[in-house]
Amino acid sequence: MKPLRTEDMTLNMGPHHPSTHGVLRFILTSDGEVVHSCRPDVGYLHRSIEKIGEMMTYLGFMPYTDRVDYVCAMNANWGYALAVEKLAKIEVPRRAEFLRAIVGELNRISSHLVALGTMAMDLGAITPFPWTLRERERVNDLFEEICGARLTHNYVWIGGVAFDAPDGWLDKVRRFVDSFEKMIPEFNRLITGNKIFLERLVNVGVIDRKTALAYGISGPNLRASGIDWDIRREIPYGIYPELAFEVPIGGDAIGCIGDCYARFVVRVREMEESLKIVRQCLDRFPHEEKEYRTRIRKVKPPVGSVYVASEAPRGELGFFIVSNGTEKAERMRIRTGSFTAMSVVEKIAPGLMVADLVALIASLDVVAPEIDR
Amino acid sequence: MQQLLDRFIESRGWTGDWAIELVYFLGMLFFAVALLLVVVTPFTGIVSWAERRIAARMQSRVGPNRVGPQGILQWAADGLKCILKEDLIPEDADRILFTAAPYLVFSGLFGAFAVLPFSEHLVIADLDVGAFYVMAITSLVPLGIIMSGWASNNKWSLLGGMRSAAQIISYEIPGALSLLAVVIAAGTLSLQGIIRAQGWSPADWFLFRSPFLFTGFFYFFVANLAEGNRTPFDLPEAESELVAGYSTEYSGMRFAFFMLAEWANLYVVASVVNVAFLGGWNVPPIAEGVARTLLQIVVFAAKSLVLVFVIIWIRWTLPRLRVDQMMLLCWKYLVPLSFLNVLGTAVWMMIVPEGSAAGRIASWILVLVGLSLLGLFGLRVRRNLKDADVERPRLSPIA
Repeated sequence: MKPLRTEDMTLNMGPHHPSTHGVLRFILTSDGEVVHSCRPDVGYLHRSIEKIGEMMTYLGFMPYTDRVDYVCAMNANWGYALAVEKLAKIEVPRRAEFLRAIVGELNRISSHLVALGTMAMDLGAITPFPWTLRERERVNDLFEEICGARLTHNYVWIGGVAFDAPDGWLDKVRRFVDSFEKMIPEFNRLITGNKIFLERLVNVGVIDRKTALAYGISGPNLRASGIDWDIRREIPYGIYPELAFEVPIGGDAIGCIGDCYARFVVRVREMEESLKIVRQCLDRFPHEEKEYRTRIRKVKPPVGSVYVASEAPRGELGFFIVSNGTEKAERMRIRTGSFTAMSVVEKIAPGLMVADLVALIASLDVVAPEIDR
Repeated sequence: MQQLLDRFIESRGWTGDWAIELVYFLGMLFFAVALLLVVVTPFTGIVSWAERRIAARMQSRVGPNRVGPQGILQWAADGLKCILKEDLIPEDADRILFTAAPYLVFSGLFGAFAVLPFSEHLVIADLDVGAFYVMAITSLVPLGIIMSGWASNNKWSLLGGMRSAAQIISYEIPGALSLLAVVIAAGTLSLQGIIRAQGWSPADWFLFRSPFLFTGFFYFFVANLAEGNRTPFDLPEAESELVAGYSTEYSGMRFAFFMLAEWANLYVVASVVNVAFLGGWNVPPIAEGVARTLLQIVVFAAKSLVLVFVIIWIRWTLPRLRVDQMMLLCWKYLVPLSFLNVLGTAVWMMIVPEGSAAGRIASWILVLVGLSLLGLFGLRVRRNLKDADVERPRLSPIA
């Protein structure tokens, strides 16, 4: 009798698989449910945003930055504005800085809400997802009121913000902060402490310190691996130096440093810190200063180059701009957190089960457009 | 119909008036099938609507509320849509298996309705081996699922089918063992007999008969959840992992059959648990008559529907286990524990004879334990509600 033969199965996960958050593709080889190798295949959402940045004027490129990562468009706007302001040496009014910090942190909350909700959904718990989206809707309502858009805001402009906060908007923000503060424990009761949820995440997909640094992981994923690094604190921008907030680090909860659960918990705790920041901004808001934007006709920075990193919800969002002295950039390069997070999947995936791989991808919180740009 | 079949078997062949008997037989068969399809199909449809509305409430949504009053006819619209859709069979699929699979799943679950009682007299067939029959006929389901997974010629479907086969076969063991404990206590395999061995008051239910049966209830419930592919054991159709599992390639009416079977299964699971542990249709002693039968139907349906609600509730609350964790739970915990259960039940019946004073006291103590567990749960819910006193959009329950 011939001995039984087994062979690895090649599985094509994506580009339209439900748990790949957009159009991602993974080429898996697996022995039944156990993944032997996993090759991420990115590029399905490539829209040449960087090239567009070289074709447009500095001011005209701003709406495109929304599309870099539409889950946190405010932070993408802000990152780009920071880079151009540094390159062209444009001052930002204090009122605008506060508004930027408020919308930036609110958008961090809404982005983390999407991340946490979809992660729970990928693990089979469906109810947390509508719950988080319900809260996100309230953030979107606030954004709609201040800038007219719910997803691609184009609110943070070079030299300030597009519009001043309408009357009563800050009170609405405060009301949201007050009620959302109570939502987090409720969310934790629903899912974070769930036994099955812990079973699925703890000690799964561990990214240790060394790997995290070697692969250039950033943002919450890096902090979950136990590295105390937050650009808001290390290379502060905006009004962050004036604000007191903690940087949550993974590993102090259940499980080991850098596992999927650490990444989940870090995001939950970052939402709490963001609430703190928003509250401080509201308390110190400069009501007497009316100017919210430096009036600029055109942006024509001197010859030179600049790289400015900012802390977006998905990690370091850096804009590298080379100026040739005209109104258009010579070179525009965007560094995003999702792209590096994607690269580590290939290293971590072997040995996981298909269900763990889903948890890993979800915990890295990759957003397809941010990978490809 | 059962008497007719018995007579048919006893006489070992056609008797003189075989033509009349055949017509009678076919008529009865037609009637039974029609009853199943006319009663059970709308019922499963309404359960599907109820599940969607309940889920929507849990998730701050509204849910289907457009077709008919409160959307109660949504299932009919969905069914109609599925009939109108193209019946797509993938080119590389195994046509015969692919087309046959949904019917196996469907008939496996609808076959179980043949022995499920609705009241003392309202039952299609009170088989002497009813409990055994339910276990056996629902075993057609994994066959259908693995067929669909294989025949779809899709790797995700195949994974789903394999998961399902492994899961259902594994969980049938603790399920059957827990049911065996009940059968030992009742002394019969007939579902009606099991119900008759219990009484109308909770202290007479098998759930509270002995500590072993009390724990057995939970093993049986969990095993049945797993057999029915319900969360937290919905791995075969884990939509975030396996797209849609074994039903990925199905569309139109065949897909509807899978869905119909899923919701029919909800009721089958609930009523089997009800029959085995919760006293079935037992009502306080009142005179035989229409009122009694109606009361029995109401009591049986109410108990089953409460369990259906619990299953729905669990589904929309819990995440899903990983395939190895699911197997671990079954083989390392449920199987040994339910073995212990069978032994324990037998020993208990030796030590504490049925109807003895000690047995009555033990039952009432267990009733108190059960009530206090419910009470603790209620207190916890109340505390959580108080903690969660936040401003949020209020949805009317009948939006």
